[in-house]
Amino acid sequence: MRSAKLSLAAAALAAAAAIWGCANVGDVAPKSSDGIPLGATGAHPVQPLPDKPRFGQAVSESDLAAWNIDIRTSDGMGLPAGRGSVAEGRKVYDAKCASCHGAEGKGGPVYGSMVGGIGSFTTNARVLTPGSMYPYAPILFDYIRRAMPMDRPQSLTANEVYAVSAYLLNLNGLIPGEAVMDAASLPKVQMPNRDGFILDDRPDTRAVRCMTNCK
Amino acid sequence: MAQPPDTRDRRNFLRRTAALTGSALAATSAARAAPLPVPSSARETGRPIEPAAYGMPSKHEEYVARRRTDVLKNRQNWSDWSMTPLQHQPGIITPNGLVFERHHAGTPDIDPKTHRLAVHGMVKQPLVFTMDDLVRYPSVSRFHFHECSGNGLTDWLKPASTTVQQTHGLLSGVLWTGVPASTLLEEAGIDPRGKWALFEGADASAHTRSIPIEKVLDDTIIAYAMNGEALRPENGYPVRAVIPGWEGNVSVKWLRRIKVGDQPWYFRSETARYTDPMPDGKWRKFSMVMECKSVITTPSGGQQLKGPGFQEVRGLAWSGAGRIRAVDVSFDGGRNWREAMLEEPVMDKSLTRFKIGWNWDGAPAVLMSRAVDSTGYVQPSVQDIQKARAISGFVQHHNGIQPWSVNTNGEVRNAIGQA
Repeated sequence: MRSAKLSLAAAALAAAAAIWGCANVGDVAPKSSDGIPLGATGAHPVQPLPDKPRFGQAVSESDLAAWNIDIRTSDGMGLPAGRGSVAEGRKVYDAKCASCHGAEGKGGPVYGSMVGGIGSFTTNARVLTPGSMYPYAPILFDYIRRAMPMDRPQSLTANEVYAVSAYLLNLNGLIPGEAVMDAASLPKVQMPNRDGFILDDRPDTRAVRCMTNCK
Repeated sequence: MAQPPDTRDRRNFLRRTAALTGSALAATSAARAAPLPVPSSARETGRPIEPAAYGMPSKHEEYVARRRTDVLKNRQNWSDWSMTPLQHQPGIITPNGLVFERHHAGTPDIDPKTHRLAVHGMVKQPLVFTMDDLVRYPSVSRFHFHECSGNGLTDWLKPASTTVQQTHGLLSGVLWTGVPASTLLEEAGIDPRGKWALFEGADASAHTRSIPIEKVLDDTIIAYAMNGEALRPENGYPVRAVIPGWEGNVSVKWLRRIKVGDQPWYFRSETARYTDPMPDGKWRKFSMVMECKSVITTPSGGQQLKGPGFQEVRGLAWSGAGRIRAVDVSFDGGRNWREAMLEEPVMDKSLTRFKIGWNWDGAPAVLMSRAVDSTGYVQPSVQDIQKARAISGFVQHHNGIQPWSVNTNGEVRNAIGQA
């Protein structure tokens, strides 16, 4: 059975949708509770489910442990046990990353530099690297673990992922050479672009529908 | 490829041009065409029906193909993209073999018998679904456009691409079929504190995005079919998310996991990528809605007009914020505009076809289209966008007006940033 709270939420959504459905030009566009513009246009009819078909198989979170790899990068929630140093990271990097990304993250045959760019965003040549761009250091752990190396993703141990993260942070001048990264230390690394993001505030253009002698 | 004209259009056209065509017909009947021979196709038996086969387009249509970018030189083709040949697409549906691709680590080959979709996190009861389970639920089919946030990436202030396939081909129109995401999430029972959901793929990039729960419950589809058949492998087989009207990459393909949480995760794919450079070194995040946009597909870059006279100007318009209300076309670089005809059906967050008759006088011209959506939003020029955002770095969400120039030879060229 649907929970009472869900029914209430659904009713609220439906009511909101009805209002948006009648929206005229210039009305405020709907946003999520966190202020994300939704572009919603009204109720999208879904068949009522008189028999409430329930075909999902119940599982426990522990059954899903091998899939549950996401890190909430703003505070590191989900970071696993393990640790890795800058020096260990250099070894892993040279063995498994440098063939595409180049020595010391400076760019290789396939991908560009992963080092530098800090301070470039106020110039006309923005250089996007993990150091310049990532607002939170645990993004390194999340992304390397899920997607790297490209030909063998999800093959690195937690220690190896911490170590490569440490090495890349060190190459970008964000942690000292003797630093060790783990679930406690990685979220504490201060990234220069931490406050570099603004929420979607579009529409940000105000074009008018001029028909004759427009320019 | 010609489109059958709408009969109502034809009546109007005939009424408007009765006087002109009367004299033109007289001239035509005076000239003699060469006698038409009986074609060989009428003199020999054709191909028999095969016992079982998947039909393919005519060999004469082989040039109609997805193509990778010819502007940027990607040094690998796993995290890469291919583009829809919009200049060859009549109507609003993109055939499945032409729907654009964007992968982050190649196309996986997934067995639907072993594939599982998990729903967990801040829910009452974590659940796992098989593909057999998913197709049993009450289904929904809806037409939606699908557009990559990077569509137009190479063409901002000066032309880089030649054809509309290269300027706008990270765009397709699809009839998606699947289960409303709300059905599965309600079965799991969302914790009232659950405000976001992550969608994660089973591909080698485990591509992941955070989506506000309001959008997930509003119109998100867990889709297993497109345009009347199972998803193609490169478009997410056996199951994917479809998040209507939002940038393409949030519609995670090869979907294996939905997790509910109380905050966004701030993955690489929503911080270091898919964010917009803004003035003062800032970046705009969670800019999900693909704003109202249009483009003329006939005539378009790389094509040549056959000669002065009648030309049906055709194009596509779409908006992630609703329906297309109107499309205006200019033939003089944006000084004067005429309202084009919208071809039914005109649907929410769907490709919409527009067309307008034009008598080309043989003089240089600059053609452009400008769409208005049901919120009243008017498609901006690239110069309008430039006033609000920084065109530097990794620029996304380009919905600027696309001008095509026509010279006296009838050659059509990309004129972005020039008009």
